[in-house]
Amino acid sequence: MIEPLLKVDDLHIALRTENATYNAVENVSFDIGRGEAFGLVGESGCGKSITALSVMGLLRRPLSLGDGKIILDGEEIQDASPAEMRRLRGKRVAMIFQEPMTALNPLSPVGRQIAEMFVLHQGANWNEAMDRAEEALRQVQVPSPERRIKDFPHQLSGGMRQRVMIAIALACGPELLIADEPTTALDVTVQAEIIDLMAELCAAKGTAILMISHDLGLVANMCRRVAVMYAGRIVEQQDADAIFATPRHPYTRGLINSLPRLGERSRRGRQRLQEISGVVPSIAGYPAGCRFNPRCSAVTEVCREVAPEITPLPADGLVRCHHHG
Amino acid sequence: MLVVLVRRLANIIPTLIAVVALVFLLFSVLPGSFISGMGEDGRTTIDPAVMERMRKEMGLDDPLHVRFAKYIAHTATGDLGISFRTREPVTALIGQRVWPSLKLVFAAMTFAILVGVTLGFLAALRPGSLVDTVSMVFAISGLSLSQFWFGLMLMYLFALKLNWLPSFGYGDGGFSHIVLPAIALGVGPMALLARTTRAAVLDVLNADFVRTARSKGMSERRVVAWHVLRNALVLVVTIVGLQFGSLMGAAVVVEKLFAWPGVGSLLVDSVFQRDMPAVQGCILMIVLFFLAINTLIDLAYVAIDPRIHYSR
Amino acid sequence: MKLPRLKVKGGTSLWIGGGLVTLAIVVAIAAPLIARTDPVMDANLMNAEIPPGLDFPFGTDAQGRDIYSRIVYGARISLTVGVVSQVLNSLIGVTLGLTAGYWGGWWDDVVTGLTNLMLAIPSLIFALAIMAILGPGLLSLLVALGLTSWSYSCRIARAQVLSLKSQGYVQAARILGYGDLRIMFTQVLPNILGPLIVIATLGMGGAILSEAALSFLGLGIRPPFPSWGSMLSEARDQITTAPWLSVFPGLAIFFTVLGLNLLGDGLRDIFDPQSTTRRA
Repeated sequence: MIEPLLKVDDLHIALRTENATYNAVENVSFDIGRGEAFGLVGESGCGKSITALSVMGLLRRPLSLGDGKIILDGEEIQDASPAEMRRLRGKRVAMIFQEPMTALNPLSPVGRQIAEMFVLHQGANWNEAMDRAEEALRQVQVPSPERRIKDFPHQLSGGMRQRVMIAIALACGPELLIADEPTTALDVTVQAEIIDLMAELCAAKGTAILMISHDLGLVANMCRRVAVMYAGRIVEQQDADAIFATPRHPYTRGLINSLPRLGERSRRGRQRLQEISGVVPSIAGYPAGCRFNPRCSAVTEVCREVAPEITPLPADGLVRCHHHG
Repeated sequence: MLVVLVRRLANIIPTLIAVVALVFLLFSVLPGSFISGMGEDGRTTIDPAVMERMRKEMGLDDPLHVRFAKYIAHTATGDLGISFRTREPVTALIGQRVWPSLKLVFAAMTFAILVGVTLGFLAALRPGSLVDTVSMVFAISGLSLSQFWFGLMLMYLFALKLNWLPSFGYGDGGFSHIVLPAIALGVGPMALLARTTRAAVLDVLNADFVRTARSKGMSERRVVAWHVLRNALVLVVTIVGLQFGSLMGAAVVVEKLFAWPGVGSLLVDSVFQRDMPAVQGCILMIVLFFLAINTLIDLAYVAIDPRIHYSR
Repeated sequence: MKLPRLKVKGGTSLWIGGGLVTLAIVVAIAAPLIARTDPVMDANLMNAEIPPGLDFPFGTDAQGRDIYSRIVYGARISLTVGVVSQVLNSLIGVTLGLTAGYWGGWWDDVVTGLTNLMLAIPSLIFALAIMAILGPGLLSLLVALGLTSWSYSCRIARAQVLSLKSQGYVQAARILGYGDLRIMFTQVLPNILGPLIVIATLGMGGAILSEAALSFLGLGIRPPFPSWGSMLSEARDQITTAPWLSVFPGLAIFFTVLGLNLLGDGLRDIFDPQSTTRRA
């Protein structure tokens, strides 16, 4: 078997408060091959973002890495020193964040913010770096990049800002791009453009993508394999096609049923989108047994008492449910 | 840049007129107006005949609105009247005092910025550390100090006991004379700057764009130098501008304590000598200076923050 | 990410500040009981300028008066100045702010103009001008300090009214037939009480410092009455021969104001987590 690019093995993330320590994320395992697009899906508060931050080595207090391994290209990085992580970040693993409004420094021209990458990782001087920044802006299809590099973030639209973020992230040709809800804050019309651009550029450079979103439809379009996270655990993982055809976990089914689908309205009439009732529990309030049990329609006695084990599914899939029918 | 300047000036002029009116009314309408008050406190006794002559000379027998109109007209042309006491034009009197005052105020602010901003930064970069705790204890103590008492203690220790520095006076305008008054005056703004810088830097350190900077693989030092510094500066500049007001208030006391020949000590002396034109002139001067500083601060914003140019 | 509620911080400053302020209040109230001599009358030139020691813990001044007793009585003046001036400032600020926000129109413009005017004149300079007109003494001091720093409470009150108006509370109350005054007292005041208390607490420290400064200049409390500022004013000339005359009143001011500042900080963490009252 070929060595995956990123292997996350039994990852735990601890949340320390004054009185207690909680596992914000536990037993999370997945791997991403070279050039592969992998999706991580779940509602906000499920631990997707902090899982991504832990791969970047960017967890900050009160969060910290617990047990488990993060292996990048055969090398364990969970215990890497800050200096080693720094050389990795941006150069080999890059990240795009959700809020294009606040993710860029408001007081610095966008060209400079891209150019920093070349100065940091390729030893370029500022003049060379600015030239390359202009080129990078051209690649993310920003019109008249020679003028735009001098603009400040507030002078750009949300979509343009997210293009700048992509240019920054892909500047040094990373092996892995982590995209944390990259389009959530954008207009629907812009969303598709940004996703296409990301997919296109990554395919051209052979960059693997870890796509994080609450939108199962969006992730399934872009990624070959998808993992669904709930309350700090992965509850299901399957190929994107399979997860729509045969969702095995009630939470996954809930996510699918809450998606609007084209053409369904005429067939089912004016049926409303189904929502999953209730909310994601807070870290301190995870229920015993299966963490989804208070919101699950198929809940039984065993779900409230025993945490379900992982059941393997065909084609590398898995599900964590007592009643995975 | 020019637009901001023009707008600021358009804001200042009504304020200035209002201040002139307020000062005029305070000293003309309220009981204990200067001429009538003369002699009451036993410090200045004036021959009634002299008083009568002065009333005439100063036009104090005119109705209020006439005096006000005259006063405004004179002030607008830069004529602040003749001092009751020295018989010199008030502008000349103040003119001699402006430079020492400016020197003191800027020396104090320089001290406050250098020490306060540095302490605030160090504290914010290591929250909860010993440096943080010590600087914040230092800061809250500085805010609670009576500045003239602190000056008195400095004077006692460094001038009278250790004999390192002159205890009072302007001397030849050299550095050694300004050290103690500047520290005494600067300790309050220093403390406030330390606290606000710390809060500002902590705020910026939690900003999303700092996380982006970290995700680029930047060392923490570069994150601070490239992304935190400038953003925190915007907040610090605001505080510096606002602090000039209380600094100039406190300068009156510190100037008096160190016998510093500034506008503040002139103001206090004039109050005791019931020299109304000089008192009004000093207050106007201080307000004018404060407004000028804040205009400069606004211009500094435009230089630091590109968003302002568009959003105002 | 939903995090479990973290404990409210700022406990230490609240306790230390509260302790210091309580101490100052107890001293002020119990002054006749804990003072050793009368602060003004008990002069005895035989005891003049005795350094701190067993007989006189804080020493004596040039007239042979016990500094300890004078400081104890001085607490009364400082606290009176602090409390009364801040009550005045809050009343003025809240009244102007509430009415300006509620009625709007030209009145709002007038109040906003006044607030800007107040901000353009350094408050100590303003107070000094008023003292110059009214003459020295406790009453004029209270007026001068009570009239010159209401802009913060005014702005907070006005902002709160405007925010409640935009949320429709005020209209709703009006439709229910409540009178203007009733709406202000029931809808607006409870919402700003926390920030107001914080401002007043921090303002008390400022007022005590201003009292000391004005008295030092000879415009506040005049000797022989034992205000901490007037004691310092007298002590300055004897700084070489009797430094203790300056040290103890200064420390009394320092610890009282420190207490008020710490208390204000602690209260802010409780009442006003978003910090609308952060001093700027």
